Amino acid sequence: MKAGRSVIARLRGWMTEPMLIAFGVFGSVPFWISEVGLYPYLGVEVLVFCIFALGFNVLFGNTGLPSFGHGAFFGIGAYGMGLTQLHLVPNLWIGLLMATFVAAAFGAAVACFISHRRGIYFALMTIAFSQLFFFIASKWTSVTRGEDGLLNIRRLPADFGIVTFPLRSNAALYWFTFACFIVAVVLLWRLVNSPFGRVLQAIKQNEERVAFLGYDVWLYKWLSFVLSCAVAGFAGGIFAMGQGGAFVQVMSLQWSSVVVLMVLIGGGLVSFWGPVIGTVIYFIARDLLGAYTETWLLWFGLLFMAMVMFKPEGTAGLGANLSRRLMAVRVRAGTASVGAGGTGGM
Amino acid sequence: MALLEAHRLHKRFGDRVVLEAIDLAFEEGRLSGIMGPNGAGKTTCFHVLTGRYRPDGGRIVFDGKDITGLTSRTIARMGISRSFQLMNLFDDFSALENVALAVPERRRQGFRMLRDTRQDSGVADKAVGVLARVGLNGKEHVIARNLSYGDRRALEIGVALAAEPRILFLDEPTSGLGTEATARLADLVRGLKEQLTLVIIEHNMRFLFDLADTVTVIHWGQVIARGTPDALRANKWVKASNLGKLA
Repeated sequence: MKAGRSVIARLRGWMTEPMLIAFGVFGSVPFWISEVGLYPYLGVEVLVFCIFALGFNVLFGNTGLPSFGHGAFFGIGAYGMGLTQLHLVPNLWIGLLMATFVAAAFGAAVACFISHRRGIYFALMTIAFSQLFFFIASKWTSVTRGEDGLLNIRRLPADFGIVTFPLRSNAALYWFTFACFIVAVVLLWRLVNSPFGRVLQAIKQNEERVAFLGYDVWLYKWLSFVLSCAVAGFAGGIFAMGQGGAFVQVMSLQWSSVVVLMVLIGGGLVSFWGPVIGTVIYFIARDLLGAYTETWLLWFGLLFMAMVMFKPEGTAGLGANLSRRLMAVRVRAGTASVGAGGTGGM
Repeated sequence: MALLEAHRLHKRFGDRVVLEAIDLAFEEGRLSGIMGPNGAGKTTCFHVLTGRYRPDGGRIVFDGKDITGLTSRTIARMGISRSFQLMNLFDDFSALENVALAVPERRRQGFRMLRDTRQDSGVADKAVGVLARVGLNGKEHVIARNLSYGDRRALEIGVALAAEPRILFLDEPTSGLGTEATARLADLVRGLKEQLTLVIIEHNMRFLFDLADTVTVIHWGQVIARGTPDALRANKWVKASNLGKLA
């Protein structure tokens, strides 16, 4: 009896209700996405950017370090995947590993130069480095094929030894990306709720006090940056397979700011799920507004400005307010008992 | 030999000399007070001793080891903890999380990325214990920014205390507190006195003279008097500088 409960307790440490809801929603996407007039490949894009944004939020929302150049690492991951399968070995796992590892390695080098910074100086340095990588990628044509893009990146089959799943169709790639999304969500959820995650959140609030408690602030910031770059590279690797190529545009400043936009709109500063919510909003806006007007980004930008002015905590903050108000109503009606300490971080 | 000693400590900002050849010694197990008018260099002195500023000259020796010029991180790890004059809490964390972060066991787990913080019952128990010591029992889950001013002051001390220091520096712990809260703080400090070495900067002379074993008076970046509270009450410098009247 007791053992059973502790297993459940341990499982609850890895799985939360919002996770189950999110997995349920994304797991049902292939069954209705075509019915509502959208297309399966959109689902791949959404999930890839969800992973990217979740990793980015380790740095941005948790550590409080604004990077406006993370598209560079996403792009490096895409090239890493492409170059590995074109020149090294056409294996999905090795490709993804290389995408992750190479992006992390570049991130590690960059982080050495910026981990003693914070705020606007940190942001400016990330822009400078991402521009550097952008220009290298667009000029070093013998490796990256420059403006043409690195083409013919294949969707390699997922080989599990006994069974092999081809990922050539959009539907199959969606399921694969969905599985990656689940792994990423669970691991990142644990990360932000681990002792390590607490230190990052403490650094965001009061860097100096953390140092006075004996923590090596520089190293934590460095690690946070490297981790977010690794996740960006991983997502970039899948994206390269999705697009069938690696293109220099994703490394541009504009793409880097898109991920910031997603996280802020969704409410990544207050919620673990902010990046996911923001990514979904972004793609829905792109496809729905985009269907009506070429200038959809203008409207999206205005929406973003309104959000920052009236609700800086983003969509997740709005949701939290709403649920608190609902709770208050219910308490007044005497139907619910409120437990103390509802930080939760949902 | 004292637990912490400073020899001829110098600190200047530009051409402004803030500390001039200061000698300090804090005996193990004692409560040492530092007083002096505003701008005398008391807080700068703390900043230099705890590694926020590098001294421009002089030597700091802690437990026989030279710690001059070490970073605040290294100094903190050696067992020197401090509170801040302007409160320095993690405002979005609960009282419990604030304190837990300071517990050395938690610091050693700092790089564990997949461990659930809720499993750290050892750290949590310690943190709850510290909160009880500073009178915050029952407020473990209140977010720091929602605590009252007095409770935030107490939490500030709790965070410094949770680091399990050998020597604890408190920078104006009574500032902004009412009579009742000050009395509670005095009880707390009296309890701590038996367990660790304390150094307190304070403007509230009654508070300091009641508690301190020795008091050092700093003025214009120099030590102008030191001694037991009783001896200082009779000191002509202290009398002349008006500080004595308040004690």
